[in-house]
Amino acid sequence: MARTTTERKAIRSLVWLLVIIVALIGANGASVLFNDGQWTPKLALDLEGGTQITLSPQLATGEEVTQEQLDQAVSIIRQRVNAGGVSEAEINTQGGQNIVVSIPGDPDQETLERIQSSAKLEFRPVLTADAASNSVITPEGTDVSGDTPAGEGDVAATPDPAAPAAPAPSARPTNASDLAWITPELQEQFASFDCASLDAVGANVAPIDEALVTCEQDSSVKYILGPVEVAGERITDARSGLIGSQTGVTTNEWGVFIEFDSVGSQEFRTVTERLVTLLDVQNQFAIVLDGRVISAPRTNVAITDGRPQISGNFTEESAKALSDQLKFGALPIGFEVQSSENISATLGVSQLQSGIIAGIIGLMLVGAYAFLQYRALGGVVVVSLSVAAVMTYLIITYLSNQQGFRLSLAGVAGLVIAIGVVADSFIVYFERIRDELRDGRNVDGAIEAGWKRAFRTILISDVINLIAAVVLFVLAVGNVRGFAFTLGIVTIVDLIVVALFTHPLMQLLGRTQFFGGGHRFSGLDPKALGAVYRGRAQFRAPSGVGAIKVASSTREAQRRQTIAERKAADISGERKVER
Amino acid sequence: MSRLTQFGNDLYTGARSFDFIGRRRLWYAIGAAFIIVAVSLTALRGGFVFGIEFRGGSEFRVQGTTAVEEGTAAATARAIDAVDSVVAASSPRVSIVGGDSVRVQTEQLTTAQTNDVRNALAEEYSVEASEVSTSFIGATWGEDITRQAIIALVVFLLLASLVMALYFRTWKMAAAAIVALFHDLIITAGLYGVLGLEITPAAVIGFLTILGYSLYDTVVVFDKVRENTLEDGAESRRTFAQSVNLAVNQTLVRSINTSIVAVLPTASILFIGSLILGAGTLRDIALALFIGTIVGTYSSIFLAAPLYVHLRENEPEVKKQGRRARAARSESGAVR
Repeated sequence: MARTTTERKAIRSLVWLLVIIVALIGANGASVLFNDGQWTPKLALDLEGGTQITLSPQLATGEEVTQEQLDQAVSIIRQRVNAGGVSEAEINTQGGQNIVVSIPGDPDQETLERIQSSAKLEFRPVLTADAASNSVITPEGTDVSGDTPAGEGDVAATPDPAAPAAPAPSARPTNASDLAWITPELQEQFASFDCASLDAVGANVAPIDEALVTCEQDSSVKYILGPVEVAGERITDARSGLIGSQTGVTTNEWGVFIEFDSVGSQEFRTVTERLVTLLDVQNQFAIVLDGRVISAPRTNVAITDGRPQISGNFTEESAKALSDQLKFGALPIGFEVQSSENISATLGVSQLQSGIIAGIIGLMLVGAYAFLQYRALGGVVVVSLSVAAVMTYLIITYLSNQQGFRLSLAGVAGLVIAIGVVADSFIVYFERIRDELRDGRNVDGAIEAGWKRAFRTILISDVINLIAAVVLFVLAVGNVRGFAFTLGIVTIVDLIVVALFTHPLMQLLGRTQFFGGGHRFSGLDPKALGAVYRGRAQFRAPSGVGAIKVASSTREAQRRQTIAERKAADISGERKVER
Repeated sequence: MSRLTQFGNDLYTGARSFDFIGRRRLWYAIGAAFIIVAVSLTALRGGFVFGIEFRGGSEFRVQGTTAVEEGTAAATARAIDAVDSVVAASSPRVSIVGGDSVRVQTEQLTTAQTNDVRNALAEEYSVEASEVSTSFIGATWGEDITRQAIIALVVFLLLASLVMALYFRTWKMAAAAIVALFHDLIITAGLYGVLGLEITPAAVIGFLTILGYSLYDTVVVFDKVRENTLEDGAESRRTFAQSVNLAVNQTLVRSINTSIVAVLPTASILFIGSLILGAGTLRDIALALFIGTIVGTYSSIFLAAPLYVHLRENEPEVKKQGRRARAARSESGAVR
């Protein structure tokens, strides 16, 4: 029996939809239980409040930034942000170009400065050093250099006798190694300095022409360093490799090879010529990256060719890491802040509320219009929209838990606008059914025939929409992505809902007396639709106007007729018109 | 049943018919006129007004202040005072947005200045400093968005043309749809230019979304056109143009309904966005879409379909259909 197979198919589709929804709920439940997930989607900063900074590389024309460079930048920035005690910061690359840092809440000035300052590499002479009196020794951070104040690192190059330039202590420092830099306040700061607080309050930030109190990267040693002698921008290249002995035989020791430009070479030569004459820690030269000492090798000989090598307790990995860091810090293209946005929490809440209110109003308007146009079928629109809403919500929540997707204001706008996209599919479908009814099919047949044609239209329209969403998501930057993402999800949900819910629902409703019988308020009343000519091959003289007049005048009487009676009446009605 | 349904019935049976195809020169002229007006008025106004995201600068937003009740002038003066106390003679742009917030845009400020202005504004409007949102946008940010948007536009047009050409099995439908799409984009952007509305990244999102929408409408119409022209075939009594015209008439109610349903949520965002939040993401997206959806519906009916006929009518097969139709008509004398 055709009737039962249709019904069975319809029910099977509905069951499939139920399975999908239950699976989505299950997946969400699983991420809530096992992965610290939530039942609500995570919100982006413009809805939650917080700070978002977009950094873009400063590139000379024709230059390209590589993914490797970006990833490196992300990991350095992540270290900096986390070091500032900010949890839940998100750092992403965007469009293969930009780095977006999102920090919830209102981060302090130091954190912002830390992110915004480029990886700053400096060479400062060591004035004094001490074993760190820090409370916590953080094990993380690459153990790049020596673990004692004296350091096992050596700066070695072609030997060159140095001119002695021992400074006489005076009130005004005469050079960067002058101990006169150590003022009583600085001494006090040094004494009380806790390496664990290295990043807490911008303690390791000092102008380049002043002394700096800071620690070894692994917090093992703390230093007072002189002013910057050579800036990191002077490094043209850095690489890691096995150090060759003086006879040219490769040793098993890993080291980092640095190359300076001509100005840097000159500066480095001047400094090392001075340092080589000094004793103890003053002989050490600190390499400072972002305010932390990554290595403080001793100066054995003055370096004249601008190609120092740093040896120490390097492994292959740590040497590579340092050379990368040096290279990265020395990149001529730093990152510049392209945009920085701070949204207060109240503005975020009010934006979210506005979005939700707009959505509710939009939904009500669409529902009201659907009832006006399609009578009881408006109910099908509203129920289908609700199913689509539930599915969309579950998918977004799931992706938020699993993929770190965050719902932004533009995304909310995309969702609200999508109400129209989804409802449009139902309209295309209903209008198709009506066309078939106008052609004289019965309600059952009209639903099936209408569906076949409508689905093709819905499919191609949704494919076009999906292309738009995917292209925008892949290629566009910023807000556009969030918008495209939600629009894309809803387009897919639309296809699922219209195929697995709306159509089966119509099939089942078509069996009821109310809809199948074409009740006046069902939206499927063949009389009101002026079902005048039957058979697609038959065309006859204009008859529509007359038929409709007849139809409307006799509608009241025919409302209670059976389909068979109505069909009979149809034919007689047409005869009247033809006469 | 509603009046629109009756109207739909008449259109479907052909009892009532609008001559969309026959008067196509008129529609082309109207479309061209709109485009010329949009472009020339925009040019006369001195081009588009770009939002701060494209100009670069700093923006502050004071949330939840009662000072707005004092009136626009007083609230504006407060903002100017606050900014001037930090950066002299900076002439900030101040606007009242929504019921209780003030937006202040200045030239690009340093981090320290930004902080100072924030505190000054908080004091001036007697709110917590945390209620003052700040943003800073480098001038290259907008360029970046624009460049990516243009790349996205080109890729989308190529892909969509390909898909449509495959689906409809003729490149002519795709071409007609794309021309209509450009018409929609130019007119929507033109309205921004003519009215001097700020173009923000959110507005650009709106423009890009029009892509999908405009084609959606056109695809629905073309699907029916294709169905009718295939069914009618060479033996039909209707000419090719008549088949297309009937299809457009038959989908007219559908087009109106889908557009109204698409416009309703957009209008609701536009309304809420302007009323509660004032200028911002919601309003900018919705405004572009609102205009674009309406123009898109118009263009699918009045431009895309006639253009398609224009592209096809010189094909030998189609011409043949026309001759047979005329011959058949003269024999039978039928009006249709």
